[in-house]
Amino acid sequence: MSDMTAITTILKQILNGLQSGSIYALIALGYSMVYGIIMLLNFAHGDIIMVGAYLAWLCMVRFALNPALAVAAAVAGCTALGMLIEKAAYTPLRSSPRLSLLITAIGVSYLLENTFQLIFGAGAKTVPPFFNAKNLSFGGVVLSSNAIVTIIAAAVCMALLTLLVQKTKMGKAMRAVSEDMGAAQLMGISINRTISFTFAVGSALAGIGSVLYCTAYPQADPMMGSMLGLKAFVAAVLGGIGSIPGAMIGGLAIGLAEALVSAAGLSTWKDGVVFAILIIVLVVKPTGILGRSLNEKV
Amino acid sequence: MKKLIALLLCVLLCFGMLSGCAGKGSDTIKVGILGCHTGDYAIYGLAVRNGAELYIKQLNEAGGINGKKIELVIYDNKADNAEAVTAFTRMVDDGITALIGDVLTGNTLAVRTEAYKINMPMITASATAAEVTYDDETGTLYSNVFRTCFIDPFQGQKMAEYAAKELGAKKAAILYDTGNDYSIGLKDAFIAKCGELGVEIVNEEGYSSGDVDFRSQLTNIQANEPDVVFAPIYYQDAGLIVTQARDLGIDATFLGGDGWAGVSGYASAEDLEGSLFCSAYASGSTDAIKEFEAAYTAAYGADTLNMFAATAYDAAMVLCNALKTVESSGKKLKPASDEYKQALIDAIRTGSGSVAGITSAGGYTFDEHNNPIKDAVIIEVTGGTEKFKTLY
Repeated sequence: MSDMTAITTILKQILNGLQSGSIYALIALGYSMVYGIIMLLNFAHGDIIMVGAYLAWLCMVRFALNPALAVAAAVAGCTALGMLIEKAAYTPLRSSPRLSLLITAIGVSYLLENTFQLIFGAGAKTVPPFFNAKNLSFGGVVLSSNAIVTIIAAAVCMALLTLLVQKTKMGKAMRAVSEDMGAAQLMGISINRTISFTFAVGSALAGIGSVLYCTAYPQADPMMGSMLGLKAFVAAVLGGIGSIPGAMIGGLAIGLAEALVSAAGLSTWKDGVVFAILIIVLVVKPTGILGRSLNEKV
Repeated sequence: MKKLIALLLCVLLCFGMLSGCAGKGSDTIKVGILGCHTGDYAIYGLAVRNGAELYIKQLNEAGGINGKKIELVIYDNKADNAEAVTAFTRMVDDGITALIGDVLTGNTLAVRTEAYKINMPMITASATAAEVTYDDETGTLYSNVFRTCFIDPFQGQKMAEYAAKELGAKKAAILYDTGNDYSIGLKDAFIAKCGELGVEIVNEEGYSSGDVDFRSQLTNIQANEPDVVFAPIYYQDAGLIVTQARDLGIDATFLGGDGWAGVSGYASAEDLEGSLFCSAYASGSTDAIKEFEAAYTAAYGADTLNMFAATAYDAAMVLCNALKTVESSGKKLKPASDEYKQALIDAIRTGSGSVAGITSAGGYTFDEHNNPIKDAVIIEVTGGTEKFKTLY
């Protein structure tokens, strides 16, 4: 292998890592936002992506709709599902111990997985491509257009989210509720509306994540959300759970770590490395890279 | 009076049995068919039973072997090891000269140990594990056991040969599932054969079962620009791998084993175009297979018509060819005797090259471990469908 191909291979491996990392980042954002506002690890979040993938498949294969409509349906469906789960499963438990909420989240996750397995069977469904772009070629170096579209789409989403949280009234309300729920309520912020909105935004990102996931790995299967959700959770913890920029950094870091471990020929260690990162973070710096070290209120 | 009649009937019955022996014993040869005909795996057991029975019926109708008819002794082992051994012992008591079976690998291992003790010729149409005929750990060759299906690693050898000789490949890369014995077996055989044929293995990349992201491994492969990528895995993973490879701009030909059957539903026609995999059997691929399939469907319906029905048909053909050799030798051996069985084993080993089986038109020759050296079916994915390409 010449030096030139070695360099392009390394660059391509980084691109691979950024592609899967962008998807992890979008999902990690959903985890982080929900945790930031109601201190809940929403383990059903990964399965929302699974539902999004099935919605895209249904629209494009069963109903033969336009791919743009399929994308819209996946995002809208995920948003609605996220809000429904929050209203049906989490709101009634808001004053219960956090453990009850966590267990409920695991229950919702199993419910979604098994319902979809019951309806669609255990085998994978192939999701057709959403768009047909030619690969880009720079002086003989071929770059995957899917990878570039994925990275750009994720970056745009993250930029919009940052704007939403920092510059809008709703974003201000979200920050206020996450800082001190009681005080925010006294200032006239509707807690229920704000929490619902947070779930909606997190799930919409999951919907976009599911579309990007299907672009990279065009199969929908009922169990796809569990590992994906776990890895995104690790990304959120690595970045500092509750922190939005932290989730982005964590997601990209996990994606890159996976790609580079596989590139080094240690692909069987890929999952091991990801979870070793989780353990190291929890032992060394439990608040993650950008996490706030607030003393816990009891 | 009653006692007298009973006694008389007993005596008559005894005469009846004797006459049965005397009358039939000389002009029939008994062959056992053993397998799981009920339960979860019945589809395999029934395919084997029907396939073998079909050939033997046709042979008997055409006059049998030098005028002698083949008489079948058929038992169901209910997919149970103990049941399989019991059924086998009963068959031996019934006087069989050879056995077609067993069907599942586990049952076959149980039966072959018993059969080896009494040197009973035995041909399995479906047990693919290597240790059925040769136990690696003890170095025991079960010289009485043959098979007409090919063992898993054989597919790796065939694809390596095809890549080197037909596709002119100089560089090959491998992507396999590190958690799957089938995948590892095919990969090792492919590498060994490539070594013999002078094909350079530029990458040997693995992944864990359940992975969906293969881009890193494929990017490594891409850097070495292989002519072919051998991916001995199942169809779902194969679909993902081919899709991601094309997305990265890899244009090498993808090769697979029989785990690829059904891949056309898991990646686009464009991405899969030109990919090749091997299999033991392709429905409707040759005139002999078409004829067999028509006869089988007419007799048993199409529900159990699968690869093992065809290999069982071939197993019966190999066996009957050997029986004919023994019968024609002029030695007048007694069926089921030790000499007859040994002669039969020798005849299977050395005389099956001329047996034009439906899954091996080029005849059956056996390697040093009694595994058949036969043609594989090469299937090409073209226009989004899996089409028979050639026998190789």
